[in-house]
Amino acid sequence: MKYMLLIHSGRAIRDQFNKLSEVEQKQLLDEYFAISQEPGVLDGNQLHLDDTATTVRVQDGRTLTTDGPFIEMKEALGGYLLYEADNLDAAIELAARIPAARMGGAIEVRPVVER
Amino acid sequence: MIAALVGYLGDFDLAEEAAQDAFAAAAERWPRDGAPASPRAWLVTTARNRAIDRIRRDRTLAAKLRMLDSPKSAEDDSVESTFPDERLELIFTCCHPALALEAQVALTLRALGGLSTEEIARAFLVPASTMKRRLSRAKRKIRDAGIPFAVPAEHLLPERLAAVLAVVYLIFNAGYGGRVDLAAEAIWLGRALAELMPDEPEVHGLYALMLLNDARRDARIEEGELVLLADQDRSRWDAGETARGREALEHALALGGRGPYVIQAAIASVHMAEPRDWRQIAALYDELVRLTDSYVVALNRAIAVGEADGIEAGLALVDQLDRAGYQYFHSTRADFLRRLGRADEARVEYERALALTHTEYERRFLQRRAAEASR
Repeated sequence: MKYMLLIHSGRAIRDQFNKLSEVEQKQLLDEYFAISQEPGVLDGNQLHLDDTATTVRVQDGRTLTTDGPFIEMKEALGGYLLYEADNLDAAIELAARIPAARMGGAIEVRPVVER
Repeated sequence: MIAALVGYLGDFDLAEEAAQDAFAAAAERWPRDGAPASPRAWLVTTARNRAIDRIRRDRTLAAKLRMLDSPKSAEDDSVESTFPDERLELIFTCCHPALALEAQVALTLRALGGLSTEEIARAFLVPASTMKRRLSRAKRKIRDAGIPFAVPAEHLLPERLAAVLAVVYLIFNAGYGGRVDLAAEAIWLGRALAELMPDEPEVHGLYALMLLNDARRDARIEEGELVLLADQDRSRWDAGETARGREALEHALALGGRGPYVIQAAIASVHMAEPRDWRQIAALYDELVRLTDSYVVALNRAIAVGEADGIEAGLALVDQLDRAGYQYFHSTRADFLRRLGRADEARVEYERALALTHTEYERRFLQRRAAEASR
């Protein structure tokens, strides 16, 4: 099965990260890199902070754009991983290894609809 | 190619899916390993194999989801059920932490306990339609989110087993007053688990705890009034259940069990011996406080210390646990004060506890005690 791991890691975690020593920062980045290299990880990216977001709606054929994310959250979506795994347990285990999960963020695990 | 596959599989949708699978596999492999000598034959064979995998997967999935609906047969009193090999997988699926606790409880009762949706709804005082939705949503999540139908891997087992035991114990404790005998269901589940996981001390510990508590059920209420253990008519305790409970406890201890359920069962067992060894009970609560860090457990430890080392010592501990607004803090304190002859203070505490109680039994019990304090 494929799972989308939505990494809720926003400004507060970014601030935390910036306060860390260079060595600690490198450790965290290494952890993210190691996770991205796990077998089954098909794709993954970090996103710019949610103040760069643009939200698009179409009403009566007109495209409406607004500045900012669809939903304001303390820890907004900060990245994602697409993970091919046997089952939810495997996806949960990978999610639990993502540093944001222990830094006050959260990982939402969503199964991908397969056709 | 599709035609060849439809002929072989007899299902157009499946054939198309299989063909897509095969092309995807080709796109991944051919650039890496080079194209095969006969690409068409390779594609057809690969598609066939993929289709067979799909059918197998769908079949087992369908069979497993069906198991969530197939209750144990009503007349089947033994633990042997219609699916002896996969009950353990089933209970770990039902009690998966990715499901809401109320859904875990409902699924477990439905799939393993064999209760009807209506019975479960009645037991938890929700409309049948609500329970039906809760169950179908849980089953849909199991399927769509890929909640495994398996006993968890070794490194996940302690945590996941604790979740299963918590669900069973919750069912047991929900068993008072309902029209459905949930306590009996929970004991049945406990026995099944003990058979399926014979080497896990906590499983035997929970089974023992439920039996020992249930054994006193008939003696606990007399003429509509709550009766404390010390005042209970022991002849009304279920001797068979007591013996089976003690046996399960011995077994858990022999396996080296020192977990929270084993200790709670040990406490229940010492409580039921005559005379009660309060010093041992206090020591067991010591251990339980360390394991669970629970306020209620600490309060019970204070009660045991009060009995073992004198009421003053117990009261001193209760005072350290100060939690105004918590019913059992006030009722415990009231009881110690009453026994020390500090009637006025006791009355105040009884009043506070009375204001917080929700059950009629407890209300009448506290009123009786408050009256005694005034004498």
